[in-house]
Amino acid sequence: MNQPVLLAGGINVFKYAAPQTFYPLAGKMIPWFGWIAAAFCAAGLYVGFFVAPTDHQQGESYRIIFIHVPAAWMSMFIYVVMAFWAGVGLIFNTRLSHMMVSALVPTGAMFTFVALWTGALWGKPTWGTWWAWDARMTSELILLFLYFGFMALQAGIDDARRADRAGAVLALVGVVNIPIIYFSVKWWNTLHQGASVSLTSAPTMATTMLTGMLLMALAAWMYTIAAALHRVRSIILEREHGATWINEYAETKA
Amino acid sequence: MVALLRAVIRRDLLLAWRRRADIATVVLFFVIVVSLFPLGVGPEPNLLRTIAPGIIWVAALLACMLSLQQMFASDHSDGALDQMLLAAAPLGMIVIARAFAHWLISGLPLVILSPVLAIQFDLAPELSPVLTLSLLLGTPILTLTGAIGAALTLGLRGGGMLLALLVLPLYVPVLILGAGAVDAASAGLGADAHLLLLAAQLVVTATFAPWAIAAALRISAE
Amino acid sequence: MNWGSWDNFWMMGGYGLYVWGSYAVTLALIVAEIALLRMRRREALDTLRQHNGAQA
Repeated sequence: MNQPVLLAGGINVFKYAAPQTFYPLAGKMIPWFGWIAAAFCAAGLYVGFFVAPTDHQQGESYRIIFIHVPAAWMSMFIYVVMAFWAGVGLIFNTRLSHMMVSALVPTGAMFTFVALWTGALWGKPTWGTWWAWDARMTSELILLFLYFGFMALQAGIDDARRADRAGAVLALVGVVNIPIIYFSVKWWNTLHQGASVSLTSAPTMATTMLTGMLLMALAAWMYTIAAALHRVRSIILEREHGATWINEYAETKA
Repeated sequence: MVALLRAVIRRDLLLAWRRRADIATVVLFFVIVVSLFPLGVGPEPNLLRTIAPGIIWVAALLACMLSLQQMFASDHSDGALDQMLLAAAPLGMIVIARAFAHWLISGLPLVILSPVLAIQFDLAPELSPVLTLSLLLGTPILTLTGAIGAALTLGLRGGGMLLALLVLPLYVPVLILGAGAVDAASAGLGADAHLLLLAAQLVVTATFAPWAIAAALRISAE
Repeated sequence: MNWGSWDNFWMMGGYGLYVWGSYAVTLALIVAEIALLRMRRREALDTLRQHNGAQA
């Protein structure tokens, strides 16, 4: 089972697809992405709280946007990235791609939950309700269910290879269904206008608000990379404990 | 190819006939779940008329899901699945035939029964055919999508609950379009748009799901 | 943006509970995730060490 990856390690293009090359490389990259994430986060929070003006309609409550929107973006983006690596893993049979998929899922689920939580806390002062069956919120909730389903499936399978490939099929099926779910929910929502609230966002957003939001989005992005790399390293350690290269790292020695 | 499809369908129907109690279980489950709702929300006719499409559709979703566990389970345990994988015929074709047979056993009875349940909820007579038609178009999508989940969770511990977790979120569009068709018809908007979208989804699902089911079966049987 | 005083800052124009509720939970989740990441790595390394110890 090790053979194809070892062979792939010899070819330049796939060089970093081999766990033993990727493991030290990821280790070097994690602090970088971590610190860049912290810097973007600090800058974003500074702009968000001390530069961006008070919104004339929503007052200060709009400042939730600086985590809500980046979290919602990341929640969807991570699922797409997952599906991409799942496809790569199925086509090229690279174990590292599958490991990357598993490494991304918990962070994606976390951002989905954050988007829902902050959405509820934002909705209460703005529309007077914690939860509305609005198209975006409902789709986000279903996205959370998809993440949970993926985690449950992988947790239910003991064999790593089967867990990888079954998860990949599920991620691809999920990513095809997400737009269908979104548009059906949106359609359902417009037909049942009675209970819905108008979600049309503020007509014009101050540039500083947008800057703060984009900085926080970059922070979330960098954080996701750092977290996923960290998790993928743990997965490599868990999976490869027969391989000799792993023992060359001092940290694994007794 | 047609002969192969016919042979697979006949085999599955024959097996199902020998275990006809299983079919009855699914149908009974559907009827019982639907009948529980008036007991839960009260017998107010207007309320029941409003929620009838949603209730019947949710019950159909759950009943379909319940029956899915059986779809590949016995083949997996008695080795028939391995033969299916090794057969010269393309696995996708076999899968289509099996899904169709499974729908005949578990989906079609729900469709046929739905007018009776509509009477239970005093649904207007002109809405009953819309409900039946929406189920006729929707339940095959449930079977096909659900079969992916059934193939992925084959032989896993706690497979039933896991299957529900994987499959139910994917059923959302079918539920919305199916129950929405009846709602739209009762609001005088006409159900055409909903039913056409449901039909489109059926075509798309029937085209792509067999590949996913086949891939999932290969992965699970390894 | 001038808040005037820290009190005003924490008040958030009367929306303090909502704004800080959002930020606090997000922070808690990120801290929890980082802790879980560290724990997972430590456990993986422990397993490896035991594995190596058994071989030696």
